[in-house]
Amino acid sequence: MKNEKIKFRDRIKDISAGLGDSLKESTLWGSIFRPGSPFRKGYSDSPRNRSYVVMNNVLYHLHPVKVKRHGVRLSYTLCLGGLSFFTFIVLTITGIWLMFYFRPTEMAYVDIQTLQTSIAFGSLVRNMHRWAAHIMVLVVFLHMSRVFYHGAYKAPREFNWVIGVILLILTLLLSFTGYLLPWDQLAIWAVTVGGNMAGYTPVFGQQVKFALFAGLEATEATLLRFYVLHVLFLPFIIVIFMAIHFWRVRKDGGISGPL
Amino acid sequence: MVDIPEHLLLRTAEARAKALGITVEQALAELKGESAPTKIEKEPEVLDVSPVEKEVKETPPPPAAEVKETPPPPAAAVKEAPAPAAAVKEAPAPTKTNGKTNGQIPAEVDFSPETKVTQRLLTVVKAKPIQKPASEPVDKVNTWPHLMLPEFISLMAMTAFLIFISAILQAPLLEEANPNITPNPAKAPWYFLGLQELLSYWDPQIAGVMIPLLIGVLAFMAIPYIDRNKDNKPSKRKYAIMLWTFFLAGAGTLSIIGILFRGPGWNWTYPWIDGVWFDDLLDWVHFE
Repeated sequence: MKNEKIKFRDRIKDISAGLGDSLKESTLWGSIFRPGSPFRKGYSDSPRNRSYVVMNNVLYHLHPVKVKRHGVRLSYTLCLGGLSFFTFIVLTITGIWLMFYFRPTEMAYVDIQTLQTSIAFGSLVRNMHRWAAHIMVLVVFLHMSRVFYHGAYKAPREFNWVIGVILLILTLLLSFTGYLLPWDQLAIWAVTVGGNMAGYTPVFGQQVKFALFAGLEATEATLLRFYVLHVLFLPFIIVIFMAIHFWRVRKDGGISGPL
Repeated sequence: MVDIPEHLLLRTAEARAKALGITVEQALAELKGESAPTKIEKEPEVLDVSPVEKEVKETPPPPAAEVKETPPPPAAAVKEAPAPAAAVKEAPAPTKTNGKTNGQIPAEVDFSPETKVTQRLLTVVKAKPIQKPASEPVDKVNTWPHLMLPEFISLMAMTAFLIFISAILQAPLLEEANPNITPNPAKAPWYFLGLQELLSYWDPQIAGVMIPLLIGVLAFMAIPYIDRNKDNKPSKRKYAIMLWTFFLAGAGTLSIIGILFRGPGWNWTYPWIDGVWFDDLLDWVHFE
C-alpha cells in the first residue's frame, strides 16, 4: 500500500513535468517567448542568452545589452531616473483608474467624496496617485541633482540636460494641474496663488493669467481646462520628451562616468 | 598536419614565385609537396652594422659575376633571382656589391619548409593598430542580470513603499471649493512655497516671474553651455558643486520656511508653538 502511494506521487510528478515540457514545446508558447527568454524551453545562462534577454524584449530593449560596470552600482545613480519613470507609470495607471469616477464639473468634489467612501480601493488608489505625484516631483529633482553632481550634463550630453529641464517643468505642470482637480479649498486656493504668480509676468501678465484660468479667477471653466491639460495634453507632451530623453541617453554613450 | 587555408597558400605561393622568379603554379606545387623544392643560390644574411666590414652579402648575387657563368635567359632562371631587376636594385649600393666580388662562394639555401630558411629585413613595421580606438575600452557587464535585477528590486521597493504610505496616510480633502472664502494663509503647492516665500520679500515681478523663468528655466538649461570645464571629477569642479549646493540649501531653506514657519497673514510662526499651516500634511500631522 505504501509502495503504491509513492509510485502514485512519482507518477503525478512525471505527469506535471510532462505537462510543463509539452506546454513549453508548444507553438503558442514558443511564439510568445522569443529566443533568450528565461521562460523558453532550453534556456541556459550563457552570454548569448543574456544578450537575447535584452534584445528580444520590447520593454527591456530600452537598455543596451551591456552597461558600464560602475553604472550598475546602486550608489552611483540611486536608480533615480528609473524611479522617476516608474512613478510616472504608476501615476498613469492609477490616473486612468481615477478617470472612471471623476467628472471635471461642479460634481468633481462629490465624485472625490464618493470615490473615498463608496468605491472599492477608491481611497487607496487616490492616495497612491497623490503621494506618487509628490514623490515624482521629489525624485525628478533629486535625479537632476545627482546628474549635476556627477557632471553628467557635460559633452556630449548637454542637450539631454536641456530636455531633462523641460521634463522637470512638465512634471511640475502636471502636478500643478492635478492639484486643482479635487476641487476643495486646498485645491482652488493653491492654484489661485500659483496662477496669481503667473499674473505678474511683465507686459502680458493678465493675458497669461486669463489663459490659465479660462477667466479672471479659478472657476469650473478652470477645472475643465486643468483636467484636459492634466489627463491628456501634458502626458502626451511629456511622453514625447521622455522618449527623446531615453533615446539620447543611449546615443550619448550610456551612463556618464566613472568619476 | 594542419590544413592551411587555400587563400593563404595561394598568397604564399605568389610571394615565393616572385622571390624565386618561378611561376605561381610551380610554387604552389612545391608548397603542397607535389614537386621538388626549387633551389636557389643564396647566402645567409649577415646584418651589417659596422661600416668597416665589407663582407656583407646580398641576394641575389651581382649579375656581372653570375651571368657570365650561367647564361640562360632570366625567365628560365630557376636557380637565381631575376637578374635585371636585381641589377637595378643593387646599383645604388656599391659598397655591398664590392663585398660581393670578394670571391666568396654563395651558400645554397633551401626554401622547402623542412629546411632552414634565412630571412632578411625588408622594412620595420611599427606595431600599431590599423584602426585607432576612439576611447579606452571600458569595463562592461551584461544588463541582464546585473542592471535589471537592481532595477526590478528598487521598483518593487518603491511600489511597496507607495502602497504602505497610501494605506496609512490619507490624502487631504477639505471643504468644497468656495471662491468667496479665502483661507488664511493661502499656500501654493509645496514645490512652489520657496517661491511664495521669496514673494513676501521682493517685488512679485522679480520673485514671481523673473526668478522662476530666468533662473529656474533658462539658467538651468544653459548650465552645460556655461560650464566649459570638461572634467567630471568632483575635486576638479569644486566651484560648480559649491554653486549647486548653495542653490539646494537656499531653495530648501526657503521651502521649509514657507511650509512650516508661515502662518496667518504670512507671519512667522513656530510649528511647535503655533502649529502648522500646511494642508498637504493635514491628516497626519497634528500640532494644533
